[in-house]
Amino acid sequence: MALSLERLGKYDPKDPQKNRLTDLGPRHFWQYFPPVIQNNYGKWAYHDVLEPGVLVHVSETGEKVFTVRCGAARFMTVQHVREICEIADKYCDGYVRFTTRNNIEFLVDSEAKLDALKKDLQGRKFPGGSFKFPIGGTGAGVTNIVHTQGYIHCHTPATDASSMVKSIADALFEEFQGMNLPAKVRVSMACCLNMCGAVHCSDIALLGYHRKPPIIDHEVIDKVCEIPLAIAACPLGAISPDKTPEGGKTVKIKQDRCMFCGNCYTMCQALPLSDKEGDGVTILAGGKISNRISMPKFSKVVVPWLPNNFPRFPEVVENVKKILNAYAQGANKYERLGDWAERIGWEKFFEKTGLEFTEHLIDDYRLAYDTWRTSTQFKYTDAAWNVSKAAGGID
Amino acid sequence: MALFEPKNEQKEIKYAEMRIYSDEELNNYTEEELKNFKIKHDIPDLEELEKGPWPSFVSDAKQGALHRRKLADDRMLIDRDVIEDMLGQLQVSFDDGETHWKHGGIVGVFGYGGGVIGRYSDLPEKYPSIAHFHTVRVNQPASKFYNSDFLRTVCDMWEYRGSGMMNLHGSTGDLVLLGTTTEQLEPIFFELTHELGQDIGGSGSNLRTPSCCIGKARCEFACYDTQDLCYELTQYYQDELHRPAFPYKFKFKFDGCPNGCVASIARSDMSFIGTWRDDIRIDQDAVKGYIAGDFIPNAGAHAGRDWGKFDLQKEVLDLCPSKCMKYEDGVLTIDNAECVRCMHCINTMPRALKPGTDTGVSILLGAKAPILEGAQMATLIVPFMKAEAPYDNIKEFIEKVWEFWMEEGKNRERLGELMQRFGLPKFLEIMELPPAPHMVKTPRENPYVLWKEEDVPGGWTRDIKEYRTRHKR
Ligand code: HEM
Ligand code: HEM
Ligand code: HEM
Ligand code: HEM
Ligand code: SF4
Ligand code: SF4
Ligand code: SF4
Ligand code: SF4
Repeated sequence: MALSLERLGKYDPKDPQKNRLTDLGPRHFWQYFPPVIQNNYGKWAYHDVLEPGVLVHVSETGEKVFTVRCGAARFMTVQHVREICEIADKYCDGYVRFTTRNNIEFLVDSEAKLDALKKDLQGRKFPGGSFKFPIGGTGAGVTNIVHTQGYIHCHTPATDASSMVKSIADALFEEFQGMNLPAKVRVSMACCLNMCGAVHCSDIALLGYHRKPPIIDHEVIDKVCEIPLAIAACPLGAISPDKTPEGGKTVKIKQDRCMFCGNCYTMCQALPLSDKEGDGVTILAGGKISNRISMPKFSKVVVPWLPNNFPRFPEVVENVKKILNAYAQGANKYERLGDWAERIGWEKFFEKTGLEFTEHLIDDYRLAYDTWRTSTQFKYTDAAWNVSKAAGGID
Repeated sequence: MALFEPKNEQKEIKYAEMRIYSDEELNNYTEEELKNFKIKHDIPDLEELEKGPWPSFVSDAKQGALHRRKLADDRMLIDRDVIEDMLGQLQVSFDDGETHWKHGGIVGVFGYGGGVIGRYSDLPEKYPSIAHFHTVRVNQPASKFYNSDFLRTVCDMWEYRGSGMMNLHGSTGDLVLLGTTTEQLEPIFFELTHELGQDIGGSGSNLRTPSCCIGKARCEFACYDTQDLCYELTQYYQDELHRPAFPYKFKFKFDGCPNGCVASIARSDMSFIGTWRDDIRIDQDAVKGYIAGDFIPNAGAHAGRDWGKFDLQKEVLDLCPSKCMKYEDGVLTIDNAECVRCMHCINTMPRALKPGTDTGVSILLGAKAPILEGAQMATLIVPFMKAEAPYDNIKEFIEKVWEFWMEEGKNRERLGELMQRFGLPKFLEIMELPPAPHMVKTPRENPYVLWKEEDVPGGWTRDIKEYRTRHKR
């Protein structure tokens, strides 16, 4: 067995079917479990977070496994992966694991091996000064930010992912390495409404959003797209057939009906949306996945739009900080961000975070009424007085 | 002894036998060189992203770029500058506030309808080495444990035949290899299957690469074998994964318990969440231990702040959503019939409380991201199902759902959307499941029941003359 050095390797373009193996599926997981995991599979009794980023799981057999969790950019070069392997070889018998949220986990079977591993990880830095393997991401804090491709590999983004995530993660580094929040806070990022990362149930979600309707490339649209499919793609029926002055087939778009979802562009490359001034970032907050205490819930839009201020997104960072700080101060132990907002009332959420409440935050899409308040229960905040004044109710 | 049997032979991978690059080649630059290294394009905004404590993808990319520069010409089949050009184009994307990737392209490997995402730069003159920049999704082993032999072999293969850039991992779970040419797609596939015994994942209108939480491998809460079910269904439905025959994408995800570490409830058309139907196991001594302060609550997750002494009443009993726990005379009792298995008490006192032992899965259907009709979370359909190998009951259920979706689903209609279009009552009828209050948060609030003719005695055909004998015009 060896990797091939031939340009076309084991593939024969003259006979593509020759020696083709298909439907193998993934490799089997069991072989990648370190012995301590194999021996104690299904026998774990309890666990403890020894310090931020360091876990011990104790088995009914008395055996223990110690895990050091490290943050990581999900974008990696082979050089970085080889360094991960080197650490795994040195301390972990070659085994390593990645979490759903793109953290790296190094597992050792004794406390004695833990210190050297930790020290080694902490000491590794890139020349620019950033940690290669920051330890953290456990318990009541912020863990790695899951995200999508953005400008590194996708054709539809309304913002970039890796740079925004780096900027936010730098700003929340203390929360990553501490466990000083009332409960865990999941931050997620998707660079367009397709939400490959499905960020819609996160405590804090960052979402790229377009604000200009598609430009129509009349010259090529009939050649590169199935026009009826593009028309059918629009959830708002904003696209209809049209003719160019020359009599060619094209479409027209009722611009004031467009919600900038980009679905037409997904279906038809002759309808691009992206635009420097138009594109930016929406912040949503208060969602969760876990069933703990309260049921899972969607995140809510709390900042309708912020500019794409590359590379550090200062406005986005500032607003995320505002939300996180108000939550850290106000919430009870075990209370997730959305549960806190619901307990104090969203009017208080806006008061405490200092975020501006604008008409864009009131739902006017389908089923909007579900989010309107049909009760006399509310709390007085400045926003309430402003309405009362505007209505002539008070001076 | 392995608890689980692989479906096909698992050739052991030894990096020493597989490797392409020598140690010298792998360590072909010094720290000093790296520090002073500038790529061929100006990237001021990206260099800014080298600062700060969080691992910088730019710094990593630069070390990859330098490493490539110092490899000999015949030690790679993709343009040497691929990383530098990717960074250059990224900087221009920042300047322009717009992406410079074109709307894909239909590329792939013979006989498969997915697993490869086509990508081309729209600035190919300026950045020729990323003119083609296709992505290969490699189906990760369940719950993403690896060994270094495997990863190093992937690295050598990918450095030789690709950009050397990757994602660990993409958001569906695949190990994503970022950026290669069309020519190399088949050779990469042959290396993956022949040498690494490893297939690619899904994309397009087919079953997407399933993923699962760490489960029993290292979590005391796991209620079923998440890896095994994930592996079994991935293998069993290889055809559905590789050959698009669905109206749209379909995702399975597997959470071992209601904590939901892979977020299946938000991200999968069919979400499997571990649960139990007997009683929460209680170790009364350990409960006393928590009260006495011998154990830190919630496994120490709140240790970064002083929240005061642990208060069982306030922190557990009062927060239980069902208020079904009591602590009297030094004994904790749970009215298990009232418990909704939210995990709070178990998370808070993992040494004292454990899920029951008669375990299985809840199955929820229809989650999706907002496109088109808004985001949906998965709806509880099957409250409890046993989940034991070979999982025939689960496969039967899956196939029944697919049958309905493939029959009735429109092009690009996710299961959740179809369920909405048909309505849950109709869906249940098709699935031959009785309706239950468990499937709704509340009963409906409007009385607009679409009664069917057969529901009403005498049917709908009536005679106006006969009516008029009772009511004058
Ligand atoms: C209509 C909805 C969607 C469309 C049109 C769409 C389209 C795309 C496109 C074009 C890419 C390629 C990005 C690249 O160049 O690498 C992509 C990647 C991806 N999508 Fe989606 N997507 C949709 C929804 C979703 C959802 C809901 C999920 C997950 C819950 C998802 C998961 C992924 C993943 C995991 C990738 C791989 C790259 C990554 O991890 O960022 N997609 N999608
Ligand atoms: C030059 C033409 C096109 C290119 C390069 C292209 C490329 C892509 C890519 C790369 C994805 C991401 C797939 C994924 O995440 O798995 C995608 C998604 C998708 N494309 Fe296209 N596409 C093209 C035209 C079309 C057309 C004409 C249709 C429909 C008739 C279409 C339907 C879709 C759909 C339904 C998705 C949704 C995402 C998914 O299911 O993954 N595409 N396209
Ligand atoms: C066919 C449809 C409906 C009929 C026949 C109906 C009939 C009635 C009747 C007879 C009352 C009692 C009035 C009274 O005691 O003074 C009432 C009260 C009320 N209905 Fe309806 N209703 C219908 C639908 C609705 C809907 C859709 C809503 C709200 C969305 C609604 C909201 C109310 C409210 C708020 C009251 C006031 C009394 C209270 O709070 O107890 N009704 N309705
Ligand atoms: C086809 C639809 C409806 C018809 C034919 C209808 C007819 C009537 C009639 C004839 C009355 C007066 C009964 C009486 O006092 O003699 C009445 C009362 C009432 N209806 Fe309806 N109604 C309809 C729908 C609704 C709806 C949708 C609502 C609420 C949203 C509603 C709410 C009420 C209320 C609250 C009263 C009581 C008013 C009062 O007591 O002052 N009705 N309706
Ligand atoms: S979220 Fe949108 S822009 Fe980002 S990778 Fe997915 S499809 Fe592309
Ligand atoms: S962006 Fe969305 S709403 Fe706007 S025209 Fe395209 S499909 Fe319609
Ligand atoms: S979902 Fe439950 S069983 Fe799975 S890793 Fe998370 S807490 Fe453990
Ligand atoms: S699992 Fe949740 S509902 Fe059940 S007893 Fe514990 S806290 Fe209460």
